[in-house]
Amino acid sequence: MIVADRKPLSEILDMIADRNKILIIGCKGCVTVCNVGGAKEVQILAASLNIVRKKEGHPLEVDQITIERQCDPEYIEQVKSTINDYDAVISMACGVGPQFLSEAYPQQKFFPAVNTKFFGGATSHGVWEERCAGCGTCVIHNFDGLCPVARCSKSLMNGPCGGSSSGYCEISKEVQCVWDMIVKKKMEQGRLDDLLCFTPAKNWRTSRDGGPRKSVREELAI
Amino acid sequence: MNDIKSGSNLERVLKSGNFAFTGECGPPKGANVEHLKEKLAFLKGNVDAVNITDNQTAVVRMSSWAASAIAVSEGVEPNFQMVCRDRNRLSMMSDVLGAYSMGIRNMLCLSGDHQIFGNHPEAKNVYDIDSMQLINLVKTMRDEGKFLNGEPIDVSPKMFIGAASNPFADPFEFRVYRLAKKINAGADFVQTQCIYNMDKFRKFMKMAVDMGLCEKCYILAGVTPLKSVGMAQYMAKQVPGMDVPPELIERLRGAGKGKYAEEGIKIAIEQIEEFKQMEGVAGVHLMAIEWEHRVAEIAEKAGMLPRP
Amino acid sequence: MDKDFEPQIIAFCCKYCAYAAADLAGSMRLNYPSNIKIIQVPCTGRVDIIHLLRAIEDGADGVYVAGCMEGDCHFVCGNIKTRKKVEYVKRTLSELGIEPERVEMFNLSSAMGPRFAEIANQMAEKIFELGPSPLNIKQVA
Repeated sequence: MIVADRKPLSEILDMIADRNKILIIGCKGCVTVCNVGGAKEVQILAASLNIVRKKEGHPLEVDQITIERQCDPEYIEQVKSTINDYDAVISMACGVGPQFLSEAYPQQKFFPAVNTKFFGGATSHGVWEERCAGCGTCVIHNFDGLCPVARCSKSLMNGPCGGSSSGYCEISKEVQCVWDMIVKKKMEQGRLDDLLCFTPAKNWRTSRDGGPRKSVREELAI
Repeated sequence: MNDIKSGSNLERVLKSGNFAFTGECGPPKGANVEHLKEKLAFLKGNVDAVNITDNQTAVVRMSSWAASAIAVSEGVEPNFQMVCRDRNRLSMMSDVLGAYSMGIRNMLCLSGDHQIFGNHPEAKNVYDIDSMQLINLVKTMRDEGKFLNGEPIDVSPKMFIGAASNPFADPFEFRVYRLAKKINAGADFVQTQCIYNMDKFRKFMKMAVDMGLCEKCYILAGVTPLKSVGMAQYMAKQVPGMDVPPELIERLRGAGKGKYAEEGIKIAIEQIEEFKQMEGVAGVHLMAIEWEHRVAEIAEKAGMLPRP
Repeated sequence: MDKDFEPQIIAFCCKYCAYAAADLAGSMRLNYPSNIKIIQVPCTGRVDIIHLLRAIEDGADGVYVAGCMEGDCHFVCGNIKTRKKVEYVKRTLSELGIEPERVEMFNLSSAMGPRFAEIANQMAEKIFELGPSPLNIKQVA
């Protein structure tokens, strides 16, 4: 799923510094799963903002709502009746949410409360790691189910580079070298020769490099 | 291995069966051409060709192709380096053509250290193609006269293609396979990362010889003389993919304060003597970083002079 | 073409138009092939991609969907949505190396008894021409 981290409170406070009545909108999708923007986190943010503003003697009126998803017009519509009653709205969804809201309600000002980071999954409770870079041409089967585009710092297709050390990437001991993993898997299977096969230059057109992307299910689009 | 690819001096030395000796020079952190020329002057005549690094460790310096062109004008043969970190395929092909037009004939195709190590860590990371693909690209440009998309090149660049090899990175068993892959992709010569663990290197060379790699490609062993105990410890701990045996650091320490540099040079010369005899090793690549003024002395003591 | 070949064809017919037309064809004693198996659905919108693919997978030589005229769907746009699904199935069959003409969609009103018979005959003829579904042809080992 899409994984995000909440912006520092100071940044969010700056965004609403001159506003007095705000709405915080959460999302029950990805950001709930990675515990950064669901109903609970909306409450926490509201309380945090209230604490600071009370302390400053500049109280804030905060309303809260968490909708099913902020990436579908049907759900965005649900807030129609009250959305313009606020000085500003903070969205805790991924980058898609505040954009859909802005398009649907051009009179209102929307602020993102989170920094959207990557597509990933939970590797242990409370920890999420990047697994997919959305390159648009998935070939993980060529690498025994591991993705060098997302998981190699240099997106090498013929790795590892000379910086791979004890199974870690040169950039940090917290980053595993995916090529080390690929090579070890091949060694275990006795198929090291597979890696002698040269992988030619990647076509980056299907990734973000080719421009903003669109996906159409013709059987559903009327 | 016999037909002439680029006509460069390095190629000539290697093809004639002589033991090659290459050096290294980092371009200035500015447009200080005078300082560059001074450093090159120390190397002239003492080595067959000089590696001109490309934003090494992701620190911005004068571009390798420009510094290489200056080297050519000073009568020093450069080994132009290109890393995959900073350029996409368009500018790579464009720069290869440009470099060749300026008289540059040797080219090293490298991955490049991640920009997080350098002085502009916020930069966007390119890595459009990797070093293996770059080697193959330059070979295609040279031998088939074609760009990556198959279109013909109007006078193709005849480069002598080099690559890097790190026998000490992990996983060790795979390193010789990776070398084989680079040779298949088109590498004519290879320079290894600087060697301190001679045992491990001997093992690596044996595997390379057994795989028949030395008949297809010239392997130059990397040597970096240690200037101090501090430097040895830094290399051991902070530089990824470096293997510095503790016995070596102890030997250096044992030389006594003030004598570390001399001992370091002594060790380097011992290594060079062994490399001259080692099967499969076609030469030595000396990386005397910011120590260019001592290269002549090392070359002399190691019996490398005069250059053929 | 094997003269013994009797195409097995499934026809999904919506209650309000196509099935009513079928009834009318029957009362008008119009002939249409007996190997067309009619399945009544409340609206062609109920028919999904999986129903069409399953029919082919289970051995039907042909499948068609018959619904109301476009604009007259009893449930407003069920037939329009299903036309898109049928097009998707045709594209998929092409990708799989099966003739896309084995799956079709037709529109008619409940008063069109003769049109119902015509469609049935047309489809049966088409499938007879194409021959048995490739899934039904026993591969010689």
